[in-house]
Amino acid sequence: MTIDHPPSTIHHRPLLLSGLESVVITPASNFVNIGERTNVTGSAKFLKLIKEDKFDEALEVALDQVRGGAQVIDVNMDEGMLDSEAAMVKYLNLMASEPEISKIPVMVDSSKWNVIEAGLKCLQGKGIVNSISLKGGEEEFVRQAKLVKRYGAATVVMAFDEVGQADTYQRRIDICKRAYDILVDKVKFPAQDIIFDPNIFPVATGIDEHRNYALDFFKATKWIRENLPHAHVSGGVSNVSFSFRGNQLVREAMHSVFLYHAIKNGMDMGIVNPTMLEVYDQIPKELLERVEDVLLNRREDSTERLLEFAETVKGSAKKKEQDDEWRKATVEERLTHSLVKGIIDFIDQDIEEVRHKFDKPLHVIEGPLMNGMNVVGDLFGAGKMFLPQVVKSARVMKKAVAYLTPYLEEEKRKSGNVGKPAAKILMATVKGDVHDIGKNIVGVVLACNNYDVVDLGVMVPTEKIIEAAKREKVDIIGLSGLITPSLDEMVHVAKEMQREGMTLPLLIGGATTSRIHTAVKIDPVYNGPVVHVLDASRSVPVASEFINPDTTEGFRTRVKLEYEGLRKDHENRQQAKNYIPLTEARKNRVAIDWNSFQPTKPTFLGKKIFIDYPLEEIKKYIDWTPFFQTWMLFGRYPDIFKDEKVGEEATKLYKDAQLMLDKIVREKRLKANGVIAFYPAEATESDDVVLFTDDNRTQELTMLHFLRQQNKKAKDLPNFCLADLIAPKSSNKKDYVGMFAVATGGGIEELIQEYKVQQDDYNEIMVKALADRLAEAFAELMHEKVRREYWGYASNESLTTDDLIKEEYVGIRPAPGYPACPDHTEKGILFNLLDAEKEVGIILTESFAMYPASAVSGYYFANPESKYFGLGKIEKDQVVEYAQRKKKSVEEIEKWLSPNLTYNN
Amino acid sequence: MKIQEILKERILVLDGAMGTMIQRHTLEEEDFRGERFKNHAHPLKGNNDLLSITRPDIIKDIHRQYFEAGADIAETNTFSGTTIAQADYHLEDYVYELNFQSAKIAKEVALEFTAKEPHKPRFVAGAVGPTNRTLSLSPDVNNPGFRAVTFDQLKDAYKLQVKALMDGGVDLLLVETIFDTLNAKAALFGIQEFFEEAGRELPIMVSGTITDASGRTLSGQTTEAFLISVSHVPLLSIGLNCALGAKQLRPYLQVLNEQAPFFVSAYPNAGLPNEFGQYDQHAHEMGHEIEEFLKEGLVNIVGGCCGTTPDHIKEIATLAAKYKPRTVNNH
Repeated sequence: MTIDHPPSTIHHRPLLLSGLESVVITPASNFVNIGERTNVTGSAKFLKLIKEDKFDEALEVALDQVRGGAQVIDVNMDEGMLDSEAAMVKYLNLMASEPEISKIPVMVDSSKWNVIEAGLKCLQGKGIVNSISLKGGEEEFVRQAKLVKRYGAATVVMAFDEVGQADTYQRRIDICKRAYDILVDKVKFPAQDIIFDPNIFPVATGIDEHRNYALDFFKATKWIRENLPHAHVSGGVSNVSFSFRGNQLVREAMHSVFLYHAIKNGMDMGIVNPTMLEVYDQIPKELLERVEDVLLNRREDSTERLLEFAETVKGSAKKKEQDDEWRKATVEERLTHSLVKGIIDFIDQDIEEVRHKFDKPLHVIEGPLMNGMNVVGDLFGAGKMFLPQVVKSARVMKKAVAYLTPYLEEEKRKSGNVGKPAAKILMATVKGDVHDIGKNIVGVVLACNNYDVVDLGVMVPTEKIIEAAKREKVDIIGLSGLITPSLDEMVHVAKEMQREGMTLPLLIGGATTSRIHTAVKIDPVYNGPVVHVLDASRSVPVASEFINPDTTEGFRTRVKLEYEGLRKDHENRQQAKNYIPLTEARKNRVAIDWNSFQPTKPTFLGKKIFIDYPLEEIKKYIDWTPFFQTWMLFGRYPDIFKDEKVGEEATKLYKDAQLMLDKIVREKRLKANGVIAFYPAEATESDDVVLFTDDNRTQELTMLHFLRQQNKKAKDLPNFCLADLIAPKSSNKKDYVGMFAVATGGGIEELIQEYKVQQDDYNEIMVKALADRLAEAFAELMHEKVRREYWGYASNESLTTDDLIKEEYVGIRPAPGYPACPDHTEKGILFNLLDAEKEVGIILTESFAMYPASAVSGYYFANPESKYFGLGKIEKDQVVEYAQRKKKSVEEIEKWLSPNLTYNN
Repeated sequence: MKIQEILKERILVLDGAMGTMIQRHTLEEEDFRGERFKNHAHPLKGNNDLLSITRPDIIKDIHRQYFEAGADIAETNTFSGTTIAQADYHLEDYVYELNFQSAKIAKEVALEFTAKEPHKPRFVAGAVGPTNRTLSLSPDVNNPGFRAVTFDQLKDAYKLQVKALMDGGVDLLLVETIFDTLNAKAALFGIQEFFEEAGRELPIMVSGTITDASGRTLSGQTTEAFLISVSHVPLLSIGLNCALGAKQLRPYLQVLNEQAPFFVSAYPNAGLPNEFGQYDQHAHEMGHEIEEFLKEGLVNIVGGCCGTTPDHIKEIATLAAKYKPRTVNNH
């Protein structure tokens, strides 16, 4: 029998669903993945949260699903010990208050009609009922269907009737046909809103009657799609492998083979756990054959043979990576395998082999290599591959292209032309900024999707960006930056592009950038489209909207309109917020009783320098959570390793990171240098801190300038300023301030160069990410030493790494340019005092970014009242006074502090 | 001729604001009370719907002015005609009468005009407002799961209003100024339930409100999501009204124009409110903005919301006559 014809090509009406946003499912849509972790019957963790009334945490489960790419979210509260109806209502109402969750449609899942109905009463959008059936007779079925329609939902219909659940092909199609006719003819239910679940049952159970279960499902699916116009087919896939519980390797293979056939036969949505899925093409041939034997019931002894195979691989799901079986596939398949799995070892030999099969080397890129990268792109888009994997795929691709390059050049010389890739994107970190991890990741992701990326690197001046854009005839410009002055620089680039009459789309990204800043500051100065891109995963959809001639104009209009709206909201909000005059704010300073406080004198005054600090010691202080964030794997270390979705990838990444870290430490590839200093200090009335040359306090050394919060505070909350933490002259106490600069970037250039030569983005990004972590760890270590030893105000402190990460210690180390003291120019004063350029080897750029980037600097405050805060917005009165204090023009101060002004400058 | 047929041939004009016109009369507490509610224990000033009972002369006159200006459809004076909205005035018990009377007087005026101008029949749409409660949002920021009203309470309140409007003789039902789609779904549920029980039906118009340039309803939906959420009911028309002026409404009407399998309506405010919260866009200016979407063929029904007057409707009616209606793309 043949079952691999595509479903009939009759015109299908789309299934329209909505949450806060619309979801349109057409035959062209990919398989619709329904999020299933918010189901008390399927997730022990979710059940526990609901039972313990921890609805807030339970909401995070839903959020994870949405972020993980679920297009519909299934909610099920069917548990004997729960008031299911109340739990359903409470949960759906809470979901409605989270726009990020409620943007997608809800599937109300219950076997009890009262729970379904209660759920439907909470949905403003068009959701899906899961499920109704003929189990209770036709009358009840009609009644429920009518109500579903009246509540405005689509519905899943189980292949179930008065006799029981359909378990043969004939019963499946009979029941579905009967249900369809009743729904369409009698209830006038829209056919496109019907989703059949023709029952996925376990196979290979040893019971003869079960042998045809999967095959019958496929056949029934195909029949439904061909004979019941517009209806859809769904199901819960993991059921099929129930007999192989505990054997992940076999289960994953079964799911993926099952889906492969089911989708081919027309199943278009379903409940699938993406982490429980092997890539179909990656299943070892022998296993694939045996699984297909079972699912398609091809042999008498298929169950025995699969069981036999399962025995040999029991519990060895992880071993599969070393399996060489895939080397026996065709060369095209091997290339795809290498790309998907990020295997670099065989690429040269495979490319050499495949090259001879094509007339032109370019066809190798356009054919098998692009096919492989499309698989990667699709899997990433569907949330089935994660960033570290994609970066590894890109490494393989680059290596393949590098191998082909001489042949391409040769070809070019002969014919004088080569094909053009989809589109060219220029990427640059703006002038004054040196941070490029995020930009590089975006570049890799774009390159994986067949964009030609022109990367101008870091600290790129505007003229160079514009000149390169013109010369390279790029289609899109992407700007990146991490420090706040870069925001201004981006505005400058946009202005210049406008002056040049350019209309290219401009993408904005990087840690300090935001949708609101883009809307308020950048969008209005440039007539071309400007879009803020939240993270690397968003870069491809945004770029492709612009590249596609059908969508570019609509997208442009939409974004312009959206940003205009944001600007208006912003203006309205600004008027609403209350600020108080600086003089008032000063009266509400942090109240410290100086009489009862005795400052500790540091063990030395002036500087202390640390050269080549042992990395072994520093590495113990690494906070790994941000490291995973860099790679877009979200979760707290070490719990992240147990995460259902990203746990496996996080574990691999961590392993790679450890290897690299060991190499760096063992071979001393990075140099850690630092300098710390303590000075006698005294706060002035006007929020400055005077530093003295020595403890006689007769000769002033320099002055540090701080800013004070000006927003109206609730009762008992002070208007914070860092200067409040230093004793004023009037207190007659001798107080001190500390400062530091540490860097772990020494030697990084050579390391990066090594990986650049090998076209190895993965390790290049890895080195930078690790150096950043080491710099932070060094700062943390140094702070501890300062507290316990060098300053010694907390000499009996004993804290674990975890406490350190949670900052459970006395004193703070705020950095100029960050929330408590956002003026980056103060970093100049700090660097002068520390002589950091000479002692540590860190250069400050014109935007006061530290280069190399793996560096941390800041002040030490020891007062027990010290805590981190954000300055927020300040008013013009403070700006004017601050300018006088710093002997700078108001305009210059406004430029540096522009994100912190209550007014537009 | 049935309204569905007329709508294929020309653009129909809906009337303008009721409140703006009532304000011109500077009515006092005793006007609202009349003889009938002389001894009602709670203040009634501002309860415009009540005027259908206590000052029907004023309401009839307003309908007349709009019909004279060229409106094809008048909305009944029942924006707050539910037990839920009338609870503010402790007039829950009079909701049936209030809707019945409103429908009756509007229908009388409509018949008057239809008799005079048989080529231009006039219709009455029973106005079903949003109420002052929301089903999708919590009024308590500290308790986002809380709801001040239930789906069933709203549904029953709407059902009662619709029965009274239909008994009073309206030709259409208009569920309007929808800022929370779930409220509208409760209204539509109540309407369908009533249709089934009563064995009679009327064409239903639905009109949502995009609150600001974010392009979303107050409850957070995009225009397209809103359309999908109410399309389970075979509507006569879907459209947008209130909150925005004609110019700001246009992009969202375009979405409806492209996607809606029903006729499309629009009745924007007279511009955006000025700093005193008043609408001061003149008829000519508003007409100019509306002409933009008439030209593009975006609508089948057009009229005015807050701040519009017979002058505005006259301008709109003159323009609407010049352009062809949108053709409905029924899948």
